[in-house]
Amino acid sequence: MIYDLAVIGAGPAGLTAARVAARRGLSVALVDAYARTGGQYLRGATQPRLTGIDVKLGQRVWAVEKSGEGFQIHASTTTTASTLLVATGTHDKVIPFPGWDLPGVLTAGGAQALVKGERVKPGEEIVVAGTGPFLLPVAVTLLDAGVRVKEVLEANRPSPHMAAALARVPSKAREAVAFARRLADARVPYRTGHAVVAAHGKDSVEGVTVAKITKDWKPYAWRTVDCDTLAVGYGFTPQVDLLVQLGCRTEGDHVVTDDRQRTSVDGVLAAGEVAGVAGAQAAVVEGALAVHALIGEPPPRLLAEKRRLRRFARALELSYPVRDGWQHWLRPDTLVCRCEEVTVTAIEEARDLGADDPRMVKLLARPGMGWCQGRMCGHAVARLTGHEPAPQKRPFAQPITLADLTLHDREDST
Amino acid sequence: MVQTVDVLVVGAGIVGASCAYFLTRAGLRVTVVDRGGVASGTTGAGEGNILVSDKEPGPELDLALRSTQLWRELAEECGGFEWDPKGGLVVAETQEVLDALVIFAERQQQHGRIAGSEVGTPEGAAPAPADVVATCIAAGDLRELEPHIADGLAGGVHYPQDAQVQPMLAAARLLKASGARLVRTAVERFLVSGDRVIGVRTGEGDVYADAVVNAAGTWAGSFAQAPLPIRPRKGFILVTQPFVVPPIRHKVYTAAYITNVASDAEGLETSGVIESTQAGTVLIGASRQRVGYDTSIDYRVLAKLARQAIGLFPVLADRQVMRAYAGLRPYSPDHLPVIGPDWRLENLFHACGHEGAGIGLAPATAEMITAQITGEPTPRDPAPFAPGRFA
Amino acid sequence: MIEFGFQGRTITAEEGQSIGAALHAAGIRSWRTTRFGNRPRGLFCAIGACFDCLLTVNGTPDQRACQTVARSGDEVSP
Repeated sequence: MIYDLAVIGAGPAGLTAARVAARRGLSVALVDAYARTGGQYLRGATQPRLTGIDVKLGQRVWAVEKSGEGFQIHASTTTTASTLLVATGTHDKVIPFPGWDLPGVLTAGGAQALVKGERVKPGEEIVVAGTGPFLLPVAVTLLDAGVRVKEVLEANRPSPHMAAALARVPSKAREAVAFARRLADARVPYRTGHAVVAAHGKDSVEGVTVAKITKDWKPYAWRTVDCDTLAVGYGFTPQVDLLVQLGCRTEGDHVVTDDRQRTSVDGVLAAGEVAGVAGAQAAVVEGALAVHALIGEPPPRLLAEKRRLRRFARALELSYPVRDGWQHWLRPDTLVCRCEEVTVTAIEEARDLGADDPRMVKLLARPGMGWCQGRMCGHAVARLTGHEPAPQKRPFAQPITLADLTLHDREDST
Repeated sequence: MVQTVDVLVVGAGIVGASCAYFLTRAGLRVTVVDRGGVASGTTGAGEGNILVSDKEPGPELDLALRSTQLWRELAEECGGFEWDPKGGLVVAETQEVLDALVIFAERQQQHGRIAGSEVGTPEGAAPAPADVVATCIAAGDLRELEPHIADGLAGGVHYPQDAQVQPMLAAARLLKASGARLVRTAVERFLVSGDRVIGVRTGEGDVYADAVVNAAGTWAGSFAQAPLPIRPRKGFILVTQPFVVPPIRHKVYTAAYITNVASDAEGLETSGVIESTQAGTVLIGASRQRVGYDTSIDYRVLAKLARQAIGLFPVLADRQVMRAYAGLRPYSPDHLPVIGPDWRLENLFHACGHEGAGIGLAPATAEMITAQITGEPTPRDPAPFAPGRFA
Repeated sequence: MIEFGFQGRTITAEEGQSIGAALHAAGIRSWRTTRFGNRPRGLFCAIGACFDCLLTVNGTPDQRACQTVARSGDEVSP
């Protein structure tokens, strides 16, 4: 069967698109790696009724290909559709620091996933650090779960962009005030211009070094905070692997889309974070807009809402950048690549051998060659070589077994 | 940037880096120019093979034997590129194929002995290549060499001289050790005065040189003033997950690989070629396709490679693949490398067209080119590789 | 309640919970070591992107603990 629309990713964008498309009478497949719909944001909290949609869960899509009839989506089964919507969301952006690979260091999104998705306390005493407004809901989620949140450390300083943006989007402003009040009630300090620059412990985190940092993130005053867990996040990286496989044009870390979420490749749509990190509200709007690429003119109300939320996202981006000063936190033996255990020194050696871009550093010193395929170290390796982080080509968006790969030898299987 | 050097090398792949190393050791000042930086072309897309096992008896086998020695020396002198004399194991599915493999190995060994005695060693030049060492392995003994190899094979031939390097590191280390200057820019054309090449025009200005070495690999044929019939032959490599102890010890491949290497077929050919790396991954090849400069991924071909790998090592079936990449082997019409002076322009030397054997043949190629540029006697007969054969 | 085995211990998990979350909740924060430096590894991203939390489930190696739902009777090892 060839679906009118296949949606990859059942988060806010994908769920919305699938439901709108099904209501309009299109045949729709909704594919997601997890056993439940909702993605990282909704965490499967409630399972919506999805009538008229072929929901395919537990399907880890490792490749998409253009084929004669449209697009083939390869997971444990292959789904074919004439139009494809990729709404695969993001993962946390992380940067290296001494001790960041100790058990007990979690990404901010990971800490939240444990509480919201798994009903597990990440630890007893936790420090939340990084940059971006996401740190606040993470801290509140942890408080609600009964975790003692010792401090919330925001590396950036309050930004005029942010104040202006919040004034224009009152719902976000109300949310921020509620989070701040909740932290204050629990006597959790929220400190800007601070960062965790090292984690300590033998087999697991026992404490962290907190530093005051300059505007450029250079540390200048240090103290130690005891904790058993650290949740750390420096924003998000869109998961654009499938779109890059198809050759969609990217800009910065995301895929370029038009007002109806069309990418540069005919028949391929992208909505939500893959089109630029903007949060769940924008993802819902874009999911609805994407369907209009198939059924005609989008309602002006949706377009206006998207513009408003995208402007807000832009303000966030300007207010919570990752400054290069984190490189001052590194020590020669700090791992940059967790998978292949590539140290700062090894990266410097590769640079000394003439590697002047992330690809060459990868070929000579192996950062990004391991299991995660550079998802965790991509930002760091790019910046350490003076390049802007850019989406990498990953022919396998997920590892698959050799036995499963053989099933795609079409000439042999027919 | 206007500058003058003794030798300008176009291409910072393994051949260009080796040339830079041998030329600077001969006392020449060398600049290397590459638009993508070190190892950015075919060198960065291979397994790093140094093979004698797959070479037909003939001049290429001589070059391979010499290179095998040189790599061993380079590993000591320079090092840092994961040189691993792991040996090769060619396996046969049937007795008939095994018989053919054994005859092939005997011919290689006879050739080595003849070449060793007949090609004289000029004064001061490198010694003649050693013989090919090859041992027939009975079916029952295959597991002594490869504990996880599949059942049902008829046997194989073991080539202890086969080795492997990490090719990108090898190019980078040799280039660094040479002291040659590397400029990252494109070479637009040769600068020609009369019938002499006097330098190259780059994206960053002109560089004048007494000699220019064209080591541009797959792109070496495309200089308008001295075109060569070199074309790309695409190949894929599948990379598995890392292993703590990889389950494969040698470079293991099927007899079909030798046929495919020598074949002239246009269409897709695949044969199982499996080996591990010091980083712990297993590399799975090999495919050959003539599809121009297209390096896009074709999952059908990758699926065939996976099937062949499981056929040789069933233990791989439930292990995961993480990466795949395509490279373009530079091949010439007679499948021999193109080494020596151009027949049209003076002071232009070619060192290219090594197809899938560039890593293995690079040091012996560089040794020959260096002798030709410095006017020393070449260590072995350069005629079979002479670019003039395409005149 | 689900029970699975991990290195001779019995670990309990809620319905739908991942093996990684159940181990973490049981106070087991690392369950494998890296192949060069023997560094301990457990959950990091917890959403399937970092592959730090790999383990063997019922003999199948290299499964992401955070992406593998625990089932009664599972035998889990590093």
